[in-house]
Order: sequence, then structure tokens, then C-alpha cells
Amino acid sequence: MSSAATIFDFHGGIHPEQNKTQSLQLPLGKPKLPQELILPLGQHIGQASRPLVHVGDYVLKGQTIAINNGFLSSFLHAPTSGHIKAIEEKAIAHPSGLQDACIVLEPDNQETWCELHPLPLWQESTKTDVLTYLAEMGIVGMGGAGFPTQVKLQGAQKNNLEYLIINAAECEPYITADDMLIREKTAQLVQGIQILQFLAEANEVLIGIEDNKPKAIERLQNELRIRHLEKQIKLVVVPTKYPSGGEKQLIQLLTDQEVPSGKHPIDIGIICQNVGTCVAIYDAIVLGKPLISRITTLTGDALSQPQNVEVLLGTPIEHLLNYAGCDASQLQRLIMGGPMMGFTLENHAVPVVKTTNCILAGTAKELPQPAPEQACIRCGMCEQVCPASLLPQQLLWFTKSQEFEKAEHYNLFDCIECGACSYVCPSNIPLVQYYRHGKSEIREAREANIKSDHAKIRFEARKARQEAEAAEKEAKRLARTKPAPKKDHDKKVAAGTPEAAKPSTANDASKKLKIDIAIAKAKLKKLEKALTTAQEEERSESISQLQIEVDEQKNTLSQLETELSTVAPAPVKTAKVTNSEEAAIKQLKIDTAIAKAAVKKIEKAIKRAEDINAPELGELNQQLETATSRAAELDKSLTAAKDAFEKSSTEKNSITVERKGPSDTDQVASKKLKIDIAIANAAVKKAKKNIDAMKSDGLDESAIEASGLTKKLNENEAKVTALQAQLAQLTPSSTNTSSDTKAEAPNPLADQIKKQKIAVALAKAQLSKLNKKLEKEPENAAEIQIAISEKQAAQMVAETELSQLLNTQEKN
Amino acid sequence: MTTILIAVGILLLLSLIFGAILGFANVRFHVEGDPIVEQIDAILPQTQCGQCGHPGCRPYAEAIANGEAINHCPPGGQATIQALADLLDVEAIPLDGDHGEETAKRVAVIREDECIGCTKCIQACPVDAILGAAKQMHTVIADECTGCDLCIEPCPVDCIDMVEIGVTAKTWSWDKPVGPMSRPGNLIATDRQPSTEASH
Amino acid sequence: MALLRITSPHTQRAGRKTSWVMLMVIAATVPGLVVQTALFGWGTLVNIMIAIVAALASEALILKLRQRSIAFFLKDYSAVLTAVLLGLALPPSVPWWLTVTAASFAIIFAKQVYGGLGNNPFNPAMVGYAIVLVSFPVPMTQWLGSADLVIAQATLPLTDSLAAILSSAPVIDSYTMATPLDAFKHKESLMSSEAFASIEGLSTANLSNWFYVNMAYLLGGLALLYLRIITWHTPVAFLGALAVMASLFYMVDSSNAATPYFHLTTGAAMFGAFFIATDPVSSCTSNKGKLFYGCGIGVLIYIIRTWGGYPDAIAFAVLLMNFAAPFIDYYSQPRAYGHTKAKKGLKIGDSK
Repeated sequence: MSSAATIFDFHGGIHPEQNKTQSLQLPLGKPKLPQELILPLGQHIGQASRPLVHVGDYVLKGQTIAINNGFLSSFLHAPTSGHIKAIEEKAIAHPSGLQDACIVLEPDNQETWCELHPLPLWQESTKTDVLTYLAEMGIVGMGGAGFPTQVKLQGAQKNNLEYLIINAAECEPYITADDMLIREKTAQLVQGIQILQFLAEANEVLIGIEDNKPKAIERLQNELRIRHLEKQIKLVVVPTKYPSGGEKQLIQLLTDQEVPSGKHPIDIGIICQNVGTCVAIYDAIVLGKPLISRITTLTGDALSQPQNVEVLLGTPIEHLLNYAGCDASQLQRLIMGGPMMGFTLENHAVPVVKTTNCILAGTAKELPQPAPEQACIRCGMCEQVCPASLLPQQLLWFTKSQEFEKAEHYNLFDCIECGACSYVCPSNIPLVQYYRHGKSEIREAREANIKSDHAKIRFEARKARQEAEAAEKEAKRLARTKPAPKKDHDKKVAAGTPEAAKPSTANDASKKLKIDIAIAKAKLKKLEKALTTAQEEERSESISQLQIEVDEQKNTLSQLETELSTVAPAPVKTAKVTNSEEAAIKQLKIDTAIAKAAVKKIEKAIKRAEDINAPELGELNQQLETATSRAAELDKSLTAAKDAFEKSSTEKNSITVERKGPSDTDQVASKKLKIDIAIANAAVKKAKKNIDAMKSDGLDESAIEASGLTKKLNENEAKVTALQAQLAQLTPSSTNTSSDTKAEAPNPLADQIKKQKIAVALAKAQLSKLNKKLEKEPENAAEIQIAISEKQAAQMVAETELSQLLNTQEKN
Repeated sequence: MTTILIAVGILLLLSLIFGAILGFANVRFHVEGDPIVEQIDAILPQTQCGQCGHPGCRPYAEAIANGEAINHCPPGGQATIQALADLLDVEAIPLDGDHGEETAKRVAVIREDECIGCTKCIQACPVDAILGAAKQMHTVIADECTGCDLCIEPCPVDCIDMVEIGVTAKTWSWDKPVGPMSRPGNLIATDRQPSTEASH
Repeated sequence: MALLRITSPHTQRAGRKTSWVMLMVIAATVPGLVVQTALFGWGTLVNIMIAIVAALASEALILKLRQRSIAFFLKDYSAVLTAVLLGLALPPSVPWWLTVTAASFAIIFAKQVYGGLGNNPFNPAMVGYAIVLVSFPVPMTQWLGSADLVIAQATLPLTDSLAAILSSAPVIDSYTMATPLDAFKHKESLMSSEAFASIEGLSTANLSNWFYVNMAYLLGGLALLYLRIITWHTPVAFLGALAVMASLFYMVDSSNAATPYFHLTTGAAMFGAFFIATDPVSSCTSNKGKLFYGCGIGVLIYIIRTWGGYPDAIAFAVLLMNFAAPFIDYYSQPRAYGHTKAKKGLKIGDSK
């Protein structure tokens, strides 16, 4: 017999009054549709879902209205057919009473189902398919935490599972939702367990149920007997003791194993699922129905008809209270969840969510206001009942005095917040609240620490970069002061540089961005890998952390990419006029703003001067006048400029529209290429001439120089052919290449310039060397003199070439 | 007389010997760097805001190690002062109002249609949390922003706001209970609330 | 109607409040009080009354100075319990001012100055007791002989007790008698057996009187255990350690040492084990810690009784172990769920 299974025990525990009979008097109720359904996007642990619908859309019952947003997230479905009334912030079921994003659905009372796609052949499907299907059906753990079921089961794929434990303990007082569910849907439950076992492949399947549900136990036993599953699925009846329904406690009760601190049951080869989840899995796979309703207990003395109801998700509590005959004058405490771990609601309008197992409407008599907190006398009653074997009195001491490190050392984070300690405390100390406060303080401090470390790294990186930049500048400055070339050349170069610098800085920026993007992509990949491993190991905390990081990384990546796209076209922007005009307007704007600020400042000064009757008053007034007049002038010119700009921009718009035609852009590009080719051809010719001239001189010393020139010549020729090829490609006017060639067009020119510059520098250096040589070796004066004159000639040629190149570039 | 001389001589000898040992130990067990500065720096909030009058958190950490008061850091607030007091074993003093008030956590937000793209805020940001280029609109990467205020001042058109980070359902937590019959009386030490209390 | 917003749990165990705990401990002393009064006269009862008045008055005074609600804190009965325990520990014939001194010292200096209930590191009743024991050793060691041993009269009449206490006149010498422990301590060179035969304080009658007193306290203690107000750890460790020590030394030197039975049934052994050492505020918290704590007290009691300057040693042993309680606590944390071994000490930073 199944009850023969050994049952172990856990430390502590309490026996509060059961109060379970009240809600079991009536059969399972089915309230009518409410006026509206409120569906919070975050009904589960992890990232909130992403809405798929828009305000005004018509949705069918069971239609997906929100999809998962990242791995640790879930789907959401329309609980009935109707119109989407709003997607807005609404009060949600949360102890804080804060608001969160919700989809508001107005039912049309037709209950029209969308097309259902059940998975009747689940046994033949792969597990991954079944898991994906479950994810799309929005199945989450319905016991309390709302952990996405597919995530939990995915972890099971990697480990060899020892036990699959079905949690039917329902240890909290008042709640009978699971009891009712087992009684009403026994067959579905058992089939759901079979599906789970198919997915989990555990060595043993155990159902843990408290002995205060005799009817449910009987039904389950019968069902198992009929299906001949007694061997495969063992029903273990455990004595009634709070909190035996806690995951860790139930595991200890059934297997005598402890889940290591900071780990999950999956780490010791155990998976725990609530009975409600099993039925939801059955509904999804066999019937194709997504998770859109659940069984919830309505109880408490303020209700005249306490009962269990099968309720659509999103139903406002108010609707249910009215359904169960709530006496508003008696109601003093409205609790979602049980009396031990539930949280109070201040707002009747909050909706039922996937994890709502009980609504407890308590009267003042039933749940009296707690007596004032007294001093802790360290009586140790809390310690005797703590199911985690902690020292609650010490934890209180430390959290009270903000000694959180000590509290952590005393295992504060192993506290499951079951409330047993507060229940027995003779001094009415809200111990759980102290612990929750302590935990959140520690978490906050940790996060702040991470953030400050991060800021420090960024700050230091910035400092290093700035220092490097400063050093580079200094080095450049030094390099510039050293050589003393001819002045007019210098000027030319100086005039050329800013023009030349523009595209190259843009190029640099885009290059840098590209590198950044590559790095970001690598990071993203790494994070994603970490995420998948985390998912496999089912570490919910790290999953959500990683999820956030991945999202961040994605964001930065997309940011970088947009940045790149803005930077990249910058160098080929032809419509410079607009820019300059815009810039002018902006400049004007700035000037006006500054002028206005000056006016304000002077006004202030005047006021101050007036206060103390200062002699400078007149002067200040004058200043004010001039400043205001200037501001007015600037304003005027600003408006004028704006008008002009508008005019020109409308004109330009028409031009750009014309230009934007694909053939036009191609034409422009090809024109440019042609110009480039022409320039390159010219360069080739010139170089040839130079070489010829040198050859005609017949001097061997010029061989080095000549070889350099030939090299250049060859290069230029190659370029010409390349450009011609490009042009040839372009002329058939293929649509896409144009932009590419555009972006690349200035590059060869810039390269050329660079090369020429190098050539000039080289020639200069050689010249100076020769000069030095001349000083040192007066006996070879004649020879060297000749060489010098040759070099000078070569340098001149190179320089003229460079200036030509720069000119062409300017033209472009 | 000789006894006194012998005694003095022995003491002199002893002091020389111990002095030599101490000197040797000082050289032999010399600790590189100044770990206390590191520890102080680790406590500071790293906003790099300069409200303490130093160019960044580390310089202030060095200044604290050299005896400056520990209450010049408004972003860290009372919690940081408490932590510094614990570390340095000095009394926790209230925040010095001259350097600013402790505020709730904030981030800078640029009103983007007013931004003229002057890049002044980008240069001011100590943690490179502002993104943008010359003549392009700038924006703040909220996750990287430390809320240091340093970008407010240089903005020529005042288009940067400091926005408080509100509490969401995910960041909300229970308050600390008030404790048994707490009253303002402070006759004995345990009647006083811990000073970090002020920050909550 | 505004709905309450409070943290879970929303239900609490009814009845068992701090004041109830205090009252139950007071009630559990009743058997001991009755026997003590029957055997040693009305003095104990009078002492308790005086101590209660003094304790409540000083508690109220300090609460007023600390601007705390007097009614709220007086209603937890902790001061009354301290006074009762003090009254039971003091000899029945001590003058009134001595009781007042002890009670007010216990409340003001041992309790309120540390922050009131729950914050005192030392057992207030024992601090008060120790202060008067050290300051006024003579009246503190004069216990009355029990009635049938002294003159033919029954127990010292109430009027005489009152007269003795209030006038602070020395009690008629013939009434007084050393406690068995005191007598045994001053047996000088006599062998144990000789001492038991010859010394009046060690007469069978006196011994059996103290036996009754101890049994009465044991009864009260068992009631506390039954009500789960105290756990078995401290008293069992306390009495066990005392018994083991006594047995060891009795086995080694049976001619000079007293039997374990003698040690467990005389003096304040049971009173200390169930009512003093179990004071939750100043003792250890974890079950393991309570075992160490109780053992320590037991061992210290034997040491002080045998080699120390005082005949009985509950107060000093308890106070000494109060010192050690936080230390023991740090090293006796229970193994928490999910941890392979218990954490030790207060080392910070290894919690991950």
C-alpha cells in the first residue's frame, strides 16, 4: 500500500487552527464574468511578458495576448473573448499595493474560443517540443512562486532525477483549493502527473498530501488503483503540520534529504510540482487550453458563502467577494494567500493571478489586529518551531540593530518566511517583517556595491583614456615643433588638414564603433551561453540577473549599431548646406540662450545692487540694456535664420527627394568615380613623367627615389583599374552597390594623400641627411650637391602632387 | 653609582636591540601601498561627484586616511558615514550640510528636444554615462548614471533633470518594524535608534 | 472600512503571551513557596511582598525617566517575577531594607540600565542577591532552623517574623541555624560521617526539610517543562553536571566529600536549576548552548561549594555563566536546514 512509504520529519513546525471546513461546505462555484478582466503582465517570477495586442483589439478566448520576454518569462492568454480596453498601470496583487502594467480586457460575454491545438500525441513528441508547447500555454507553478514550469523542467533534462514530488500538502490554514482540485479533477491530475513524469523521467514519483484531506486521499487512491499506477505513483500521507507544504520541508518529509543552502531541489535530483500545475499541464496538452483559469478558495468570516471557485485569471477580487456574499462592514483584513504567508490587500480591485490560491476576508474577531510588539525575552519558542533550524531570536537581534553581516552569518537567507516564529512569539514581534526588511537591505547593499564597483571601473577607464589622450596630444605637439619646413608648405598642409581630418575622424569613429560592436557581440554571446547553462541548472536568481545583463548587452549593441549608422553616412554627406545652416541656427540658439542668461544674471545683480543701494546701479542698468538689446537682436536673427532655413530646407527636401532616386545616386557615384579615375590617371601620368625625367638625367643615385616613384606609379595604375572596374560595376546601375561605393570612395583618395605625405616627408628627410653629409664631407661636395638638387626636385614634385590631391579632395 | 650606570647601560642596550628589531620589522614586513585607502575607497559610493571637494572618490578616500572628516559625502549618506566610522573606529557624525544633502537615488535625464548637442555634459560625466556626439542629441544611459549632478552645471541650456528612481513592485520591500513602544526618549544607549536608521 | 496592511503571518497563537509566561513561572514557584513558608516561617512571604513593591516602584521610576509607558511595561510581570525569585532566594529573616536594596538594585542596575526587559545580560534577581550577599554577608547566611528543631514552638509566628524583618533586630539566636551546606562547609577537620552525626545543621531533620523544599521546586519545574515554557536542556545539564562532579569527588574521597544526593537536595539546587538558570534573557539561546550553559553552572556550583568562600553558589555560578552565554551562543549555533555543518563564531564574510 502506498501509505507504507516511510515518512521523515522536519525540525519545528506549528499546528495552527485548520479552519479548512468552512470553504468545503459548498461545491466548486463558477462566478459569472466580471465587467472587466485585469491581466498583469508580471504574474510569474522573472521578466514581465510583452503584450502582443493593442488597445481596441478584439481577442478570442485562449488567444495569446502577451508573449515571453526573455527566458525566465511566460505567455499570457485572453481568459475570455472581448475587446482590449486598455494597457495601463493598475493596482496589482502585491503587498506593496503598487501598480504595474496590466492588460484590461472587456468581455463580450460570448466566450468564443480561439482555435485550439492540443498535443494529443505528446508521448511521440520530443521533450523539447512539449516543453516549448507548455511555455506557449503560459504554464507556471501554481503553488505560490509562479516559476515558469518549462524552465523548471528544462533543468530536469540535464540531471538524472531521483524523485518527482507532487505537492498536495496544502499546509496553510483556510486554503482548500488543492483539496477541491484533487476531488474534482482527480483523473486530469493523474494524467497530468503522467505527462510530467514523461518529461522528468524520475526514478520515483511521490505525491505528498497532508492527512487532513481524507476525501481527496481516497479519490486519489481510487484513481491510481483504477489506472494501475500504484506502483509508479506513490501517494504519501504526511501528518498535518505547518509548513509541511513548503517545498524544502516536503522534500525532507518524503525523502529525508535537505536542499543545500542557496541551491534548488533540482541540484539534488528532485523536482517539485504543485497539483494545480499538473492539472494545468493536462488541460494544455490534452485539451489544448492555455492557463486562463484556476481554482481559488474564498473564505473568511466576512463571507456568508465561503467556497472554492473556478475563476478566470484577471477577475477582480471585488467581483469574487460579492459573489461569495461579503459583508463589507465586517471585513477588516483582506488577504491574498493563506493566513501564514499571504499578504494583505488594500484595494478590492486587484485581480486574481496565476498564483492566487486563496482570498481570505477576515473579520476583526477572526484575525485580530496584532497586539503591540513587546521586548524579546529570548524565550526560544521561535527556535523550537523554526523549520529551517535557525535562531530567530538572534536574527531579530541583528536585523533590529542593523548588523546585517551578522544576520547573514546566522543564515538569514535560509529563512523561508513561513511565519511560524511570529505565530508563536509571546511578545507579538513581527519577526518575518524584520527578516524581510533585513533581506532586502542586504540585497540592496549588494546591488549598490556592484553598481559602485562598476562606476569605479568606468571612472578609472575614463581617467586612463583621458590621460592617454593628453599624452598623445603632448607627443604630437612635440613632434610638430621639431621639424621646421618651409612656411608656405606648412600653411598648405595646415589648410588641408582640417578638411582631410573630417572624413578620417568619421572613419575613425566608425572604426571604433565597429570594434565596440564586435566586442559587444562577443560579450552577448558569452552571456547567452552563461544564461543557457544557468537555465539548465535552474538557478532562477542568476537567470534573471543574466537575462537583464543580456538585455542590457543587446541594448548597447543596438545603440552602437544605430550610432554607427549615424556616423557612417557622415563622411559622404553631400548636403553640407543644410548642416551648416542648421548649425548656424543652433549657434544662434545657443547665443540667444546665453544672452538671455546674461540678461537674467544682470537683472539679478541689479536686484542685489538695489537691495544694498550700490553705486554701480546705473552701470548695471546700462549693461542690462545692451544685453537685452543683444538678446533681442539675436532672437530676431534667429527667427530670420529659421525662416530662411525652412525655406531652403523645403527646397532642399525637394532636391533630396529627387536625388534619392536610385538612378540619381548611382549617377552621382559614377560621376565621382570618374573624377577619381581622372585624378588617378593624372597622377599616373605625372609620376611617369617624373621617372622619365630622372631617367633622362641618367643618374644612378636617383635609383632609390625612382624605385619609390615606380612603386607609386604601379599603385596608381592599379587604383585606376580598380576604380574603372568599380565604375563598370556601377554603370549597369545595380541598386544596392551605390551606397557601398559611396562610402568607400573617399578612402582611396585619403590613402593617396597619406602616401604622398609620406613621400614628401621621406624626401625631406633624405634632403636633410644629404645636407648634413655635405657639411661633414666637403671633399665630396660636388657629388652631394648634385644629389641634393635632385632630391629637391623630387620633393617639389611630390609636394605639388600632394597639394593637387588635397585640392581634389576638397572639391569632393 | 655603578649600579645606576649598569642599569642605565642595560636599558640603553635593550632599547637599541628592540629599536633594531623594530626597524628590521618595519623594513622586512613593509606593506606595499596604503590598504586603508583601498578600504575607504571601497566604502565610498563611487559616484565621483566631487561634492566632498575632491576630484573623485579615491582622492577623498586618501584625504580621509589623512584625517579629513568622514561626513563630506552626501551621496553615500549616513550609511556610508556609519560604515566609515566602523572601519576607522571613530564616532559616526551627521552629514556635513555644506557639502550637500542626502537625497533619494536619482539619475540624470536629458530633455532631448532641448539638447543642442554641445557635448559639455559628456565631458563632465565621470563615468561616461552620456552618449552623443557634437551637434547630435545626447542621452543618458540610465543604468550607468550614478546621479552625481556633475552634468547639470555645464549644460548651457539647462536641459538636464535629476529624476528620482521610484519604487517599483520589484524593488519594494517591507519597512523595518518600529519596535516595542519606541519613543523619542534617549536616556540610555539602547533607547537610541542605530544611526543608520536615519537613511531609511 | 480601511483594510489593514500588515505583514504575514496574520494569525497568532492565542494566550501564550509574555505576561502569561511570567505569570506561569511565578505560579510554578508556589509549591516551593508553600513548603518554604511552612518550614521556615512567614519570612519568605513577607520578603516577597517587600521585594515586589520595591521592584515595581523602581521599575516605574526608571520607565518614567526613560519616557516609556509605565503601564505597558509593568503589565509584562517581569519585575514581579524578579522580585518573587529574589524573595525566595533571600533568607527568611533578613531585614526589610536589605530586601529593598536587593530588589531595586536588581531592577535598576541589572535590568533597566541595560535597556529593560530582554536586554539584560545578567539575571537581575541573582545580581540583586549577589550584591547583598557580598555587602551584608552575616544576615545573608542566617537561615532559620526549621520549627521542630528549634524550640517546641511551631514555625516562627508571623508577628515575630514581621518584627524581625521590620525592626531589623537580630533574630533570636536560637531560631537561627546554618543551612546544611553552610554547616558542611564549616565541618573543619571532621570526616563527613562524623559531621553528619554531630553537627546540628546536618541533622536528618534539617536535611529532610531542605529535601522537601527542593522537591517542591522540582515539582514546579516539571510543571514549567510540561507547559513548554522551559526546555529540559538547562536543568538537566545543570543537575547532571552537579551530580557527575559530586559523584566523581565522592568516589575519589568518600570520607571528606558529600554524596551527590546531598548536593542535589540541599541548598538551592532545584530552585536554581528550574527557575534561575532557565531565565531566557540572560542564558543561552540554542538547545546545544543551553546544555553547555547548564553544565557550566553545575560544575561551577560544585567548585564554589567545595572550595569557594560561600556555602551555596547558585548566584555566582549563574552570573559567571551569564558572562559566557554570548560566547557559548556563538559557538553553539544549530545546523541550519541545507547546511552541512553548523556555523561557528561571528566570523563575518564567510557566510557565502
